[in-house]
Amino acid sequence: MFFEEKIETASRETIENLQLERLKDAAKRVYENVPLYKKKFDDAGIKPEDIKSLNDLKKLPFTVKDDLRDTYPFGMFAVPKEKVVRVHASSGTTGKPTVVGYTQNDLNMWSSVMARLCCAGGVTPHDTAQVAFGYGLFTGAFGLHYALEKIGAMVIPASSGNTEKQIMLMKDFETTVLISTPSYALYISEVMEQMGIDPKKDLKLKYGLFGAEASTEEMRAQLEERLNITATENYGLSEIIGPGVSGECTHKCGMHINEDHFIVEIIDPKTGEVLPDGTPGEVVISAVSKEALPILRYRTKDISYLIPDKCSCGRTLKRMAKITGRSDDMLIIRGVNVFPSQIESVLLSSQDVEPHYEIIVRRENWLDQLEVLVELADERLLDNYSKLEKLQNKIKSDLRTILSIDATVTLVQPATLKRFQGKAQRVTDLREKK
Amino acid sequence: MIKQLSVFLENSKGRLSQMTRVLSEADVDLFALTIADTTNFGILRTIVSDDEKAAKVLKEHGYTVRLNDVIVVAVPDHPGGLSHVLDVLTDSDISIEYLYSFVNKPHESALIVFKVDDVEKAMNSLNEKNVPLLSRADLMR
Repeated sequence: MFFEEKIETASRETIENLQLERLKDAAKRVYENVPLYKKKFDDAGIKPEDIKSLNDLKKLPFTVKDDLRDTYPFGMFAVPKEKVVRVHASSGTTGKPTVVGYTQNDLNMWSSVMARLCCAGGVTPHDTAQVAFGYGLFTGAFGLHYALEKIGAMVIPASSGNTEKQIMLMKDFETTVLISTPSYALYISEVMEQMGIDPKKDLKLKYGLFGAEASTEEMRAQLEERLNITATENYGLSEIIGPGVSGECTHKCGMHINEDHFIVEIIDPKTGEVLPDGTPGEVVISAVSKEALPILRYRTKDISYLIPDKCSCGRTLKRMAKITGRSDDMLIIRGVNVFPSQIESVLLSSQDVEPHYEIIVRRENWLDQLEVLVELADERLLDNYSKLEKLQNKIKSDLRTILSIDATVTLVQPATLKRFQGKAQRVTDLREKK
Repeated sequence: MIKQLSVFLENSKGRLSQMTRVLSEADVDLFALTIADTTNFGILRTIVSDDEKAAKVLKEHGYTVRLNDVIVVAVPDHPGGLSHVLDVLTDSDISIEYLYSFVNKPHESALIVFKVDDVEKAMNSLNEKNVPLLSRADLMR
């Protein structure tokens, strides 16, 4: 099923004309309304009216996550605050989140582009969709929620966690579509097994639309087998809009990009040079139709490549391959962005531990586990075990405040963790990468 | 009053033997030793022949070491021996944080190490009741 068939199957010419028109408009709006963009354009010696063709996009300066952080909270909004009807935020490196805003038109556009991806992933008005993303500042849950309502599906805003209840709802409400991170979906399937629930016999699940973290084909195979579903992946990031940038159709051969709103380029992360279709590099996205927060050439740090060929589903929109990695050290743990520097800031603010630490990420029972190893420094804590436990709990709760996920804190003897000359390698990611 | 060393040890293979090797190489003799098990770390408590030296070499080898005052009591080896000592401490309103026992050849009594909240007060109370307290010199004999 198509949500907006006309645009989803439009000719390249139609798409590109629309992209150029919107790009010109976005450039003009940011130049006039966002001081940071005026400065970027002036520094690069370019004016909005210099954009004559889509080819001119590459002349524009990049936008990076730091730009959003430097202008925290609303400095990159291109409309007055009274036009903004919603904000979302994602975690940033310094504990301050990066804030994104939406006008009513932005929200309408967001739910439409996401609705396209839901339909591409198999959702129809007859479906019952359970949203097992956390509702809150995170864009995931709301992005899917309104899109599914727009299609006319029945939405269960289950939020994340409380897995046994999720499964109960799934059974009793006859959920047909599961929305979650792929790792949480696998965990759900494990709990089902423990509860003696067989998705084939006891549930009505048909589709899983997964996102917020990258996953592999092996993961998809596991999900489809265990949950008896067709699993598709969708992609997005809050800085651009949230989920809705691109997503797979049920042919599962790359994520169709909503190109009329999001212009995707692939660049060489070192030189910044634009790479041809099919060549892997860093994904750079321009959200050209957004009103509150138009963003030009945003460097996502995600690694992928473009697939220009027509898809057998009939969509002409270009596809991007599954994200294969990231060009920086950001970890995505249970769908939450975690920077080693955030963990460091917590540890280094404690006098009781040495400034040496290691971060280990594992996947146990299909769920990401974060362990932080840190060297004990303060000998006074050796008076009794409760002082040591108090320290562990303090670090744990500080990490939860900053990261909003639970970590295991392991105290180790001083001088036992690796020491580094030059760039430290403190992160060990033991999750399988294929 | 005797100094006790507390050493932070990770609960992993070889950690205890590594530590004892450091002490043996420094020619430090261990008189008493205890460690309670926890999930991933433990605090080793020990009374040694030369606490200053032991603390120094352990710190040089990167260990986190704490010196505490404890009292060592010779408890008569007959029924009620320990309970008498405990009564003295309780009557003086002294809390025991932990205790452990050990043997030492020339002494016929059971030797018990007490970590209490108020060492001075505990020693005074025990002295008043003629409970024998041991010094390091007693252990060295």
